[in-house]
Amino acid sequence: MLIIPCPYCGPRPELEFSYGGQAHVTRPTAASNPSPAEWNAFQYERANLKGLHAERWRHIHGCARFFNVVRDTTTDEILRSYRSGEK
Amino acid sequence: MSGDCRSARGGGDLQRSQPLRFEFDGRSYQGLQGDTLASALLANGVHLIGRSFKYHRPRGIMAAGPEDPNALVTIRRDAARSTPNLNATQVELYDGLVAYSQNRWPSLRFDTARINDLLSRFIPSGFYYKTFMWPRKAWHSLYEPRIRAAAGLGVASTEADPDLYAQCYGHCELLIVGAGPAGIAAALTAAASGARVMLCDEQALPGGSLRTGTSARIGGQDAADWLRESVQKLTAAPNVTLLTRTTAFGYLPHNMVALSERLSDHLATPPPGKPRERLWQVCARQVILATGAIERPLVFPGNDRPGVMLAGAARSFLNRYGVLPGARVVVLTAHDDAYQTAIDLKAAGVQIAALADMRTDPAGPHVEAARSAGIAVRTGTTAVGTRGNLRVTAVGLAGLDSNGAVAGAADWVKCDALLMSGGYTPSVHLHSQARGKLRWDEATHAFVPGAAAAGCRSVGACNGLIGAELVRVFEQATAAAADALRECGIHDQPGAIAISKELAVSEDRGASGGWIGALPQPAGAKAGKAFVDWQNDVTAADLKLAVREGFRSIEHIKRYTTTGMATDQGKTSNLNALAIAAQQLGRAIPEVGLTTFRLPYLPVGFGGLAGYARGDFFAPVRKTPMYDWAADRGAVFEPVAMWQRARYFPERGEDMHQAVARECAAVRRSCGLFDASTLGKIEVAGPDAIEFMNRMYVNNWSSLAVGRCRYGILLRDDGFVYDDGVVARLSDDRLHVTTTTGGAPRVLGMMEDYLQTEWPHLKVWLTSTTEQWAVIAVQGPQARAVLEPLVEQADLSAAALPHMAMTRGLVCGVPAMIFRVSFTGELGYEINVPADYGAEVWRAIWASGQAHGMCTYGTEAMHVLRAEKGYIIVGQDTDGTMTPDDAGVSWAVGKNKPEFVGMVSLRKPALQDPRRKQLVGLLTVDPAHVLEEGSQIAAEPGQRPPMRLIGHVTSSYYSSVLGRSIALAVVSAGRSRLGQTLYVPTAHGESTVTVTQPVFYDPKGERLNA
Repeated sequence: MLIIPCPYCGPRPELEFSYGGQAHVTRPTAASNPSPAEWNAFQYERANLKGLHAERWRHIHGCARFFNVVRDTTTDEILRSYRSGEK
Repeated sequence: MSGDCRSARGGGDLQRSQPLRFEFDGRSYQGLQGDTLASALLANGVHLIGRSFKYHRPRGIMAAGPEDPNALVTIRRDAARSTPNLNATQVELYDGLVAYSQNRWPSLRFDTARINDLLSRFIPSGFYYKTFMWPRKAWHSLYEPRIRAAAGLGVASTEADPDLYAQCYGHCELLIVGAGPAGIAAALTAAASGARVMLCDEQALPGGSLRTGTSARIGGQDAADWLRESVQKLTAAPNVTLLTRTTAFGYLPHNMVALSERLSDHLATPPPGKPRERLWQVCARQVILATGAIERPLVFPGNDRPGVMLAGAARSFLNRYGVLPGARVVVLTAHDDAYQTAIDLKAAGVQIAALADMRTDPAGPHVEAARSAGIAVRTGTTAVGTRGNLRVTAVGLAGLDSNGAVAGAADWVKCDALLMSGGYTPSVHLHSQARGKLRWDEATHAFVPGAAAAGCRSVGACNGLIGAELVRVFEQATAAAADALRECGIHDQPGAIAISKELAVSEDRGASGGWIGALPQPAGAKAGKAFVDWQNDVTAADLKLAVREGFRSIEHIKRYTTTGMATDQGKTSNLNALAIAAQQLGRAIPEVGLTTFRLPYLPVGFGGLAGYARGDFFAPVRKTPMYDWAADRGAVFEPVAMWQRARYFPERGEDMHQAVARECAAVRRSCGLFDASTLGKIEVAGPDAIEFMNRMYVNNWSSLAVGRCRYGILLRDDGFVYDDGVVARLSDDRLHVTTTTGGAPRVLGMMEDYLQTEWPHLKVWLTSTTEQWAVIAVQGPQARAVLEPLVEQADLSAAALPHMAMTRGLVCGVPAMIFRVSFTGELGYEINVPADYGAEVWRAIWASGQAHGMCTYGTEAMHVLRAEKGYIIVGQDTDGTMTPDDAGVSWAVGKNKPEFVGMVSLRKPALQDPRRKQLVGLLTVDPAHVLEEGSQIAAEPGQRPPMRLIGHVTSSYYSSVLGRSIALAVVSAGRSRLGQTLYVPTAHGESTVTVTQPVFYDPKGERLNA
């Protein structure tokens, strides 16, 4: 079981969290009139990488906040976590 | 070949003064306290324990530990407590134990399926892929059931498991797996530091290889005395938790290790009300694996007869249980360790008929000790076969020439036990499960741990110290413990034990040697089966066949031959299988590589995994405040998400259809009462509440006046309908959003996601209020008359409270939100009162309704009533690929909005295609025929498969008020087909239907607005 460091609450067991997919995917606004390619990239294209992966988690059974985690997908090691909007 | 095989020597695990009675296959035997079922059977001279999986060959006990592949038994306490496939070497004996052998008929000694062995050339590995193919139909009805019945393990009880299983978490700085010499040395080191230490061992008694018997002295005393004192020290230490009978079966990320602790299986009378097992989930900062090594069998023809045993196992049986494996034994080895077995057995009075060593020139202290004990050593010798039926009677030994080939004829040596050793394989299972890498060590012919996962260390035999001097094991273990503690920030480690003093080792003999793969056989000989995987009956020939047939990857060879895929997961077989495959492929072992190690290390009972999560505790049950009232009235409930909802209220022996017809008629005629409390409710509050909702939902909320409601639709960003519900504006900055019953958590989650990560600058707060409100729906022409006498400070008239308006007031004196909304098409109200008042207000409304012919109705009638009006249910009439236009609710999409979730996707040409499936109504030509939901729809009649199909039925009911069946469906370009005739193929022929508008009842909405 992963021990996930919530940037608001500290390290907590994975059971308290829900997974939120790849982080830093920019959502085009409707007003920007994104091209089909741009919109498809936002909707469907994910890195699925082997190695360091920035991903979103939500401390759903805690502070309920979304935040980001950098995890090595080959070892599950979590290198750091940070708040949404931060890099 | 039975009788007393108990020796006065050895027996370190026994309490000889305590005899126990037990039963095996209906015969009564005597054992001793401390025995395993395996040792007790061997003590009674019983070597035939089971029949093999495929060939039904007689099998005995090969190993002394849980790696044994043969001796699977069923232990039966009563009809419900009957556990199959337990390893006799792991079953601790208790008084009155009842055990049965498996996979034999009619009896273990005479098993008719033994014929499989004679037919074996027709059932090679993968035979079920090659034969039994014709006729095709017979595979399911005849071949597969017969093959499965013949290839067997034990039979599980079909009764519910009556035992209790506990689960708990463990937290520690250091978890040590395995309480052999390495694990104990590590634990002693860590114990002195004050850190929280957990030490677990799968055996009943700690000690590991020290219990098997060693000549070494530790700290100036006998190994057995050192072990006893060390265990006492660890037990007394307040910071050490020592768990025996506890198997670490899974190594999960971040050093979480799953342990299965067996609490009462060893007791004659398990204490009632106490758990049988405990599943530990240990979160350890650091882990030390000291899991030891498993002895490798030798692969030669006839190596599976009862009486053929691993040499180390025979020594264990003697030194732990005082059991002699036979009276006249042959030892066949490629490793020094077996010499100690021969020496110990000879000392116990066993005749060593031969000690055959495959090596041409073995040397060292073991060989010298054997020779000085008067044991003749035959060097450069291999085995070419065995004789015997239910027990080995002789082994054919043959010399090897300088090239390692068999030279000369076999010398058949009579024996009643054959003890073999190919050396030891490190138990790297947990290291690998933790995703540590493996490294091939040419010197010891073993895969040993390479780079380990963070916080994981292997020490001792599992780290490749096979046959090494004990002092090297102690050095490694104490250093690893000190390192692990430093990783936890514990640098000051006073009182740590010293290698030079407490762990000083003397009179120790390191051992070496080993053999991997099949033993050389005479050229051209028609040899018998040489088993590699005993439990799955895989022979060396099977592996060679797989390679000849073109399999190259070891993963494929494993699956094709099933080697290593039995319940023992190849603990004794994997390396031999790999070596044989590698040799056949002409590649080096490390190039071929190992198959993946997966959990569980040993089988774990389902009871332990389920733990408390069974029966009422399997999942939470959500009940509304009116649940008890409905239950008292005999409501039939159905689960909706986690809720229990009243489905219908049968009266006087009604079935569901009769009850639903009566409930629907009452709503249309007078009035119905419905519990809508499960509706999801989210309060959206804050200065930007309207802006937020404009962005989330398709609707335009800016134009929604305070005190008014609107039907809202939520899409995902892919443009498809995700949820729907009525939204009311409570005040300028506050909205009451309702969702579907099942959708509430995910809708709130989605709102939070967009609010927190896309528009964090919006000042909005989201609160789930689902359980704060009890919702009582009063629906029907008499709804107003029923409610008015109970309502204060609110005007229910059509003028003051029109359809889709809301107000606040008192209902039965309770502050309430009153919504004029309808999911039935009738005049309707949904009364929201604080949940604690729900049951009371419900009873008052029910009492008031009696004069008006009011009836309670359940979800089934609700479904019919809404379908008559064409109101969709998200998830039933939509399937996650429907746009608002497909669902016929595009009128709800706000015009000229700059942004809402899904807006961009709705612009896609594919989502605007006029041929998309659209919601329509269907009327069957036969008004009595109710279509099956999910039925497919065709435009042309009389098609044969493959048909061209243009849609499917989503909702279908018999409507009492209309006196006929109705259906909702999604049909390609459906709205352009109004009036067309379509065809629904059914199991009983084709049903002809007419496409209509999806609203069947009161299309003008006059009743709604009454």
